Amino acid sequence: MSETAVSGVKHCFQLKSASVSMTALELYFFDDEAFESTLRDKISQAPGFFKDIPLIVSLEKYEGLSSELDFFKIIGTCRRHSIHVIGVRGGNDDQRRLARGASLALLPGGNQRDQEIDTGPATETTGAADSPTPARVETRAEPAAAKIINQPVRSGQQVYAPDGDLIILAPVQAGAEVLAAGNVHVYGPLRGRALAGIHGAEHARVFCQSLEAELVSIAGHYKISEDLQDNGWKTAVQIQLRDDLLVVTPLEKA
Amino acid sequence: MARIIVVTSGKGGVGKTTTSASISTGLAKRGHKTVVIDFDVGLRNLDLIMNCERRVVYDFVNVIQGEATLNQALIRDKRVDTLYILPASQTREKEALTKEGVEKVINELSERFDYIVCDSPAGIEHGALMALYYADEAVVVTNPEVSSVRDSDRILGILQSKSRRAEMGQDPVKEHLLLTRYNPDRVDRGEMLSVADVEEILAIPLLGVIPESQIVLNASNQGLPVILEEESDAGQAYEDAVARLLGEEREHRFMSSQKKGFFSRMFKGG
Repeated sequence: MSETAVSGVKHCFQLKSASVSMTALELYFFDDEAFESTLRDKISQAPGFFKDIPLIVSLEKYEGLSSELDFFKIIGTCRRHSIHVIGVRGGNDDQRRLARGASLALLPGGNQRDQEIDTGPATETTGAADSPTPARVETRAEPAAAKIINQPVRSGQQVYAPDGDLIILAPVQAGAEVLAAGNVHVYGPLRGRALAGIHGAEHARVFCQSLEAELVSIAGHYKISEDLQDNGWKTAVQIQLRDDLLVVTPLEKA
Repeated sequence: MARIIVVTSGKGGVGKTTTSASISTGLAKRGHKTVVIDFDVGLRNLDLIMNCERRVVYDFVNVIQGEATLNQALIRDKRVDTLYILPASQTREKEALTKEGVEKVINELSERFDYIVCDSPAGIEHGALMALYYADEAVVVTNPEVSSVRDSDRILGILQSKSRRAEMGQDPVKEHLLLTRYNPDRVDRGEMLSVADVEEILAIPLLGVIPESQIVLNASNQGLPVILEEESDAGQAYEDAVARLLGEEREHRFMSSQKKGFFSRMFKGG
């Protein structure tokens, strides 16, 4: 049952913040024919990848004249190739006015972290046309690499994953400490201390095969061994933060 | 090149020196040229258990500091002639064991011996770190009780992070669990951790289980490595452990309560 139903007030929808990684088309100049031929060329290298994707036109490196920008043509050409232009990023006031005129969303200028999508045939086979999932999504929004530990984390040792998840394929012994900016996974008994979301990520979780921990903490909210014994002790559980409380739930066998 | 075996535990009084004496004697008895080094500078005991305390002239620290040669300091065992003892100094500080000094001695011994057994002091300080630094293999001596298991876990972590093999990125030190002072009756009564408990917690292969026995104490007091008490449970258990250390497959013994005889069952109601 959802929360809204419980409270008795039923809203039509709810707004949530979402971050989606998208492809940006970085436009240097606009010429109708050159645009379509370049687009066709890119698509031929990775047809599956471009099918029905949303696209942002980035104007940050645009060098041509504003008057040459024809968003209706850009949208039309992209539509013919099953690409949906949804907005523009960056650009000067004139360019943004043109974009608004074409009913495109205006996004603030982005930083320079975008990575070039290499659609070279060496990595994408043309046969991928049937595959619904693009093979190269990860080149756009690269998550922080998880740190993977294969050996037991022994008493007195500390393992720290400052950017992402921490995955341990061995026991975490009493007197050991494992810390991660993201989630902590322990495929073995967790007997020491596990701290997830140490930079404040409240969505971070701790997973373990057997909960025998001295302490579990998520984003600074913690429970010590004494308070963990009543629920899921010595069984496979996940621990997450709900309303500032650590909640232990069993890892059900599928 | 010799194989370098450290006998270590973290916790004191669990049987490191007893084990060092028996394992080195066991290796030597099988014809391997073996030297056992006492790293417990300031609290030397190995010479007592090996019954050579009256023959100590020069020691490990003298050799490191160039005051004596190895030949002057090495003591040949009177019972097994392929066994030598390098005693610790009783008057120096553990800091006298420098990394370079220890390396020099170990390299020199390495050319002459098949096995170098390093008897580590308790703790995780300098002396213990020096004893394990050059090890190829480690015999982690553990008693079946929680604090000993915890300390063994700590020392295993140090073996995997601070040994030479760890620092050089070579194959990790090979770990062996030796459970000493094991009393199956007390395990049955729930007063002691079982072999399975300890194995489960430490997650390293079991080299052997040495039963708790008065014979171990008697042998130590007489300056006799218990492995030479060939009729005893403890002696045979050490013999098995040495065999396994050399790669032999042997079934584990002395892990369950002795079957009581007919009369003791009748009269003790057991």
